[in-house]
Amino acid sequence: MGTMPEEILMAHGDGGKLARDLVAKAFVEVLANPILERLDDSAVVELNGRTAFTTDSYVVTPIFFPGGDIGKLAVCGTVNDLATSGARPLYLSLSLIIEEGLPREDLDRVIASVREAADEAGVVVVTGDTKVVDRGSADKLYINTAGIGEIPEGVNIAGDAARPGDLVLLSGSLGDHGIAVMSQREGIAFSTRLTSDCAPLNRMVSKMLEASPRIHCLRDPTRGGLATTLNEIAHQSRVRILIEEMSIPVKEEVASACEMLGLDPLYMANEGKLVAVVPASDVEDVLQAMRRSRYGEEAVIVGEVVLGEPGRVAMRTRLGTTRIVDMLSGAALPRIC
Amino acid sequence: MCLAIPARIERVDGHEAEVSMGGITRAISIQLTPGAKLGDYVIVHAGYAINVLDQQEALETLQLFEQMAKLAEEEA
Amino acid sequence: MKFVSEFRDPKAAKGLLASIHRRSRTPARLMEFCGGHTVAICRNGVRQALPDTIDMVSGPGCPVCVTATADLDKAIAMAQIPDVIIATFGDMMRVPGSQTSLERARASGADIRVVYSPLDALAIAQANPDRQVVFLGVGFETTAPAIAASILTADEKEIRNYSVLSLHKLCPPVIRALLEAGDVRLSGLICPGHVSAVIGSRPWAFIASEFGIPCVVTGFELLDVLHGIDRLTAQVEAGEAKVEIAYGRGVKRDGNPAAMRLMEQVFEPAPAEWRGIGTLPESGLRIRSDYQRFDAECLFEIDPGVPHDQTDCICGDILRGTQTPLDCKSFGTACTPETPIGPCMVSSEGSCSAYYLYGDGNHA
Repeated sequence: MGTMPEEILMAHGDGGKLARDLVAKAFVEVLANPILERLDDSAVVELNGRTAFTTDSYVVTPIFFPGGDIGKLAVCGTVNDLATSGARPLYLSLSLIIEEGLPREDLDRVIASVREAADEAGVVVVTGDTKVVDRGSADKLYINTAGIGEIPEGVNIAGDAARPGDLVLLSGSLGDHGIAVMSQREGIAFSTRLTSDCAPLNRMVSKMLEASPRIHCLRDPTRGGLATTLNEIAHQSRVRILIEEMSIPVKEEVASACEMLGLDPLYMANEGKLVAVVPASDVEDVLQAMRRSRYGEEAVIVGEVVLGEPGRVAMRTRLGTTRIVDMLSGAALPRIC
Repeated sequence: MCLAIPARIERVDGHEAEVSMGGITRAISIQLTPGAKLGDYVIVHAGYAINVLDQQEALETLQLFEQMAKLAEEEA
Repeated sequence: MKFVSEFRDPKAAKGLLASIHRRSRTPARLMEFCGGHTVAICRNGVRQALPDTIDMVSGPGCPVCVTATADLDKAIAMAQIPDVIIATFGDMMRVPGSQTSLERARASGADIRVVYSPLDALAIAQANPDRQVVFLGVGFETTAPAIAASILTADEKEIRNYSVLSLHKLCPPVIRALLEAGDVRLSGLICPGHVSAVIGSRPWAFIASEFGIPCVVTGFELLDVLHGIDRLTAQVEAGEAKVEIAYGRGVKRDGNPAAMRLMEQVFEPAPAEWRGIGTLPESGLRIRSDYQRFDAECLFEIDPGVPHDQTDCICGDILRGTQTPLDCKSFGTACTPETPIGPCMVSSEGSCSAYYLYGDGNHA
């Protein structure tokens, strides 16, 4: 008699034997590390100096998409939030809300991705939780990760630190993640070789900070895209930011998909890109550090912080005129992160 | 709403076609452009080709623009 | 992207701009009828680059913006019928109806799905044989043939649970009504490129012959828009008024006869209510009686209630070109894309949305 395909049942979330079994085999064995293996109620760690702490929930659909899955996203998203605060990411928590009936195979695939992404980033998952909800009460799998990292002395990255004269750097092409996920959506499916850019950026950030500890701002332009991120910085720092249309890198497939769907790459989600606002004196060094890093090979200068109406982002068009770049408003793409 | 973009026909199967535009491919209907064939460029709106693009005209228009660009450069 | 990127070349754009500047002497007010042109103009910062002699004003060519509140209420009422799935283009979701919007109705449990093509709606119908799929047919002559084709396909494949709520509208009648009303004096008209791809350039002849206004059928890329403005300026300066095609790669004088035939097979002209303008005869499309079984109006009994528009909304004036979004006291304050009062702020092709997102050309 062959083995029956395993599915996650309500019992897997109730703390009983089946649940403990799942935790041991599906999570602890795969994510293996001494802290997690203790399975205490809390993970106990020692931290030095200023600590960055962040959390994010991941509800992307579909959970498997070209270039990644919800597990990889859950690690990279949180690692990147720590990195863009100038922190060295160390520990993650992993909380799962599983819809009854999710194939065990899918869960295993996601956890394997979590492990792979965590290894690449150099972080460990030290604590977690599992809940199972009735069929229909969740869409396959939702994940929450919280992350802790240490901020080295002398590093002061903040959203309000941008100053006129600074230059704005972008690590690579816009919209890869948003479009890769959209391509799987029922009703607008199209074929593309495009894959999500989902990636952990902390190692690149370390190199950037080595090149210049004077970087003012770092952000990862996820939901809402570059436009929203720059508007946030412009608002927090009370400055005006001017970007160059002809400098913005967009892959041809992303541009085509956006044209087809009436979307703008400036607003598309990215999961493996970052924006850096850097004093002009240090730009060359930071740019070189990015280009020598994995995930930053195509880094470019896309604009500058200028004098003018604070809180505003504008773009110099290919015509040489200037027009506003507003925050994302109106219909956003549903559940791409 | 009048969003329509040029795409190249890569495959035809009766009223259906597969088109490519800038690296992505999609299935569309050519019910409205029954003469469209492999290699043609069509203008695609809401999943339907609404016209076959006249490549010769496109070329001529671009040539006209090139001349105007040269003129502007000379004047500057 | 072939046939797209070349039409965005900055050098060529400068060449076209130079030509416009060289030609333009007489103050001219040009209307871009189509919302797609408004977006192309705003996004590329075209207004700022034009000579001071040229003034651009937007017209009613945004099918979402001109959908009457009463019609939207009908769609929302249909969404509340059990077993009905509404399939719609995305833009309609957030337009405020008299009581609510499709988006809010969906949040309250109505099954409303955004699609890119009526083919997607057909697929939903086939996948859900015990549900009724109603496609919201919003759009001008660019879109109507596609909807007609979807009805013929449903007929051919014996798909019995697909119907269309036809809210389609026709462009020439509304332009005629605008010009006859005389509220806005135009020196030239940028004619919609993709509507013309279907209906050709002949339907615009009356604009030049009866009203003496030059018209140029224009495409949507940056160079197309500048080319259209350049040709209009040439006509204005020469004192001419004729119909020209500046989008030769996409438009033939006779349009696309096959598309028009399908459209005429399924639809017939009927009176239609245009938001902000009123009811115009023969300005909309109704599904012919031969295809009644695909007509959602005939299939469902609904009570949409008494329609009422927000009183602060001047979308009607904006659609007729007599006011701009900047003239509206709610613009950017009470009315924003997050909290829209009227459809011009909701639709991705609405003037208010374009002005809000890209700036008005003066404050950027």
